[in-house]
Amino acid sequence: MFIRNLSKWVCAAALLSLTGCSGGILDPKGQIGADEKSLIIICTILMLLVVIPVIVMTLYFAWKYRADRNEAYEPKWSHSSKIEAIVWTIPIVIVVVLGVITWRSTHALDPYKPIEDKGEHLTVEVVSLNWKWLFIYPEQGIATVNELVFPANVPVEYKITSESTMNSFFIPQLGSQIYSMAGMETKLHLIANEPGTFDGFSSNYSGAGFSGMKFKAIATPTRQDFNDWVAKVKAGGGSLTQQSYPALAEPSENHPVEYFANVSDGLFHSIVMKYMQAHGEMNYYEKPEHSAHQMHSMSEAEE
Amino acid sequence: MSIFGKLTLESVPYHEPIIMVTLAVVAVVGLVIAGLITKYKQWSVLWHDWITSIDHKRLGIMYIVLALVMLVRGFADAIMMRSQLALATNGAAGYLPPEHYDQIFSAHGVIMIIFMAMPFMIGLMNIIVPLQVGARDVAFPFLNNLSFWLTAGGAILINISLAVGEFARTGWVAYPPLSELAYSPGVGVDYYIWALQLSGMGTLLTAVNFLVTVFKMRAPGMRLMQMPIFTWTCTWANILVAASFPILTAVLAMLTLDRYLGFHFFTNEAGGNAMMYINLFWAWGHPEVYILILPAFGIFSEVISTFTGKRLFGYKSMVYASGAISILGFIVWLHHFFTMGSSANVNAFFGVMTMIIAVPTGAKLFNWLFTMYRGRLRITVPVLWTIGFMVTFTIGGMTGVLLAIPGADYVLHNSLFLIAHFHNTILGGAVFGYFAGFNYWFPKAMGFKLHEGWGKASFWCWLVGFFVAFMPLYVLGFLGMTRRLNHTNNPEWNLWLYIAAVGGVIIMFGIIFQFIQLYVSFKERKQLKDTTGDPWNGHTLEWSTASPPQFYNFGHIPTVHDIDAWTDMKEKGIAYKLLDKYLPIHMPKNTSAGVLMSLGFTGFGFAMIWHIWWLAIVGLVFAIGVYIKRCYSRDVDYFVMPEEVHEIEQAHAAAAAKEVTA
Repeated sequence: MFIRNLSKWVCAAALLSLTGCSGGILDPKGQIGADEKSLIIICTILMLLVVIPVIVMTLYFAWKYRADRNEAYEPKWSHSSKIEAIVWTIPIVIVVVLGVITWRSTHALDPYKPIEDKGEHLTVEVVSLNWKWLFIYPEQGIATVNELVFPANVPVEYKITSESTMNSFFIPQLGSQIYSMAGMETKLHLIANEPGTFDGFSSNYSGAGFSGMKFKAIATPTRQDFNDWVAKVKAGGGSLTQQSYPALAEPSENHPVEYFANVSDGLFHSIVMKYMQAHGEMNYYEKPEHSAHQMHSMSEAEE
Repeated sequence: MSIFGKLTLESVPYHEPIIMVTLAVVAVVGLVIAGLITKYKQWSVLWHDWITSIDHKRLGIMYIVLALVMLVRGFADAIMMRSQLALATNGAAGYLPPEHYDQIFSAHGVIMIIFMAMPFMIGLMNIIVPLQVGARDVAFPFLNNLSFWLTAGGAILINISLAVGEFARTGWVAYPPLSELAYSPGVGVDYYIWALQLSGMGTLLTAVNFLVTVFKMRAPGMRLMQMPIFTWTCTWANILVAASFPILTAVLAMLTLDRYLGFHFFTNEAGGNAMMYINLFWAWGHPEVYILILPAFGIFSEVISTFTGKRLFGYKSMVYASGAISILGFIVWLHHFFTMGSSANVNAFFGVMTMIIAVPTGAKLFNWLFTMYRGRLRITVPVLWTIGFMVTFTIGGMTGVLLAIPGADYVLHNSLFLIAHFHNTILGGAVFGYFAGFNYWFPKAMGFKLHEGWGKASFWCWLVGFFVAFMPLYVLGFLGMTRRLNHTNNPEWNLWLYIAAVGGVIIMFGIIFQFIQLYVSFKERKQLKDTTGDPWNGHTLEWSTASPPQFYNFGHIPTVHDIDAWTDMKEKGIAYKLLDKYLPIHMPKNTSAGVLMSLGFTGFGFAMIWHIWWLAIVGLVFAIGVYIKRCYSRDVDYFVMPEEVHEIEQAHAAAAAKEVTA
């Protein structure tokens, strides 16, 4: 792909400048995060091509033309079409290049775009509660709080909503984040390219318990490990139903990890729809398909 | 509900030692100031010459005093945040619990942007723009006084929130649904709403006032493309204010309806949509940052041109670049929330639009460089701020373009990288500019120069402190630290958090040195006196007046033939020239209507916050009553007689001549 090709020839520079960080966005463990890191590095280098000369020229000019050096002095010189043309052209060229990179990378890294060529998907439904994360596994019929487990090298599709306040679902080492908003469903596609445990949290302030709204994202080495974990959760008992959900949704801080062996069908859908249901518009929508932005479904249709 | 609405004695946070100590200090300082005013019998002067003044120069000074006081308040919040985060590592709780800390970062943002940066910018604009265009005052002097007091009223409200009740715990953007009644039932968000509404009204009126001033009251001969560059950048900023502040007013009014009358604009329930608030907020909020930075760009242009002793390079290019920035500034708001789930086309469009702004901004930087080229640069304090800005802002611009790339923003959004970026541009850009302007125009406003040594010491502390405080935040952003955390538990972050706290302390010395600079300069005001009115060999008309300027600004309005009108007059030998006969000068009279109206509105705001409905009605009726009385008043103006004008002008010319020949 475009970014990956570009990234090859700046790989060396990247390694030089930014190794040694661990755990952040410059230490990605998934394809999306790796692409985003390359994008950041390429664009930074492109901009430094102008930024460094400007800083050097600023200091040099300030030194060279300071009053006590008696350099050439032309108090009335204030226009040069040639210089004007150059000083407008340089930023234009850089911005055109960056603009092309931006347009292409934005489409390549669209959080709504499924990750290609990786076969099977895992779907996780994510609900931000005050102040904890609920993860529902519709295919497995289980749910967890503040722990997200998935197999490495398997693309995961996240369907995201919020119980009340707005949050942002973010696992820095895997890549992109997306807001969680009540009454709406947003989407995100991420993949872990190697097993490991990564920090996840809300990156949009949502009130008193926000700082403790953290979870561990665990990429298991194999699909089998993941299945074992599912079996463990199922064996643990406990169920999350439409009736028990409101108690879980009550505000709590630094909530411990919790497992539910069973989860009611359609719980996620009913959370997305709860503010509609309260006003009797339930039947209008038949399928759980409500993008935060209508534009998205339109552009998907075009492709 | 009682006669005092929601207000009870329990609304005062007695149990918070930090707040109580702060209040005690404020009370002591207030008493000392009041004592000094009484001792030197200055109450009458304060009322007649300052509080009720409609003179743009005095209002400008009052704006800057307000900005400096709010700088101290906002900085106190900043140093508390930095120290909290340096202490609350490895899972420690620190000394500020979330309910207090969350108010602090919300207040810091609002105070620094709305009550520090804006009054500073408007203060400089007030003092200088009428002088630069050769006008005797602004178009609507009374309105100017009212604008100031509305801004001050907002500032008073936000500071009352410290002592009575609480401030918003929502961040300075107050996004719903968090800022809705369901999740913020206290009075904090109401303080936020009414403080912003009052000051926003003041800002909007100021913009209208100054737009009329530059369009209708320029000196004869001054074409639009001959306006000094600072006036031009202020004009672009005022166009932005006039176009964007009504959006803020409207969006806050909608939030008010939600909170007070059970509407559902932004609630989760009943079809409300928080995304609408976020879009509208940034449709104001993004132009707002250009409102802050454009006048600073103008200041840098004036400073570089004056202290290199050269004409500004690429004047036209500068004017058009500022215009381009203003217009583009309106169509980039969505880059504040690329992570909301818009389609790739939408995100890419706003990303590309945003980086296009780098083109005119880059051109400006080069134009400053070529203004220095073949000049004779005097390294004064304003020049230091300017060079410091050019280096710092270039870095801030670069990280801004990086954030404008949606693919990069998906991981950098809301991180400390973002915090570092906008401090890099607002502090290293706008505020450095205001400090440059403060040192540059101080002799014009006060009649004596600021002390160079303390000015330089302060600059270096600020510059070094800035880099030490904010470069670690870029690193922390890369390490995945998000903003608005109350405590952390990641050993990788600790070192950087400690360094950032040290940076905060260095900046604190920068601020302390600024106040020492003011004190020392005042002490040595005789040695630092500016007798000519033109201490830097300036280019534009403000330097043709005395320092401080005559209260009527110009004995006779000069005719302008050049962008650098004052240089032109000096070269033609018509500077300081006296007329044989002056005409009577028509001047507005001071009035207490502005401060009284603001008193009414501030009372109204306070009453609305606490649901004291009777007081709200009283406040509103009082303000409107004062306004109606003012409308029917005929005692609003007077004439300065030619003899008096002649005398004052003669004194100025003589002082200037003595200095020039000596």
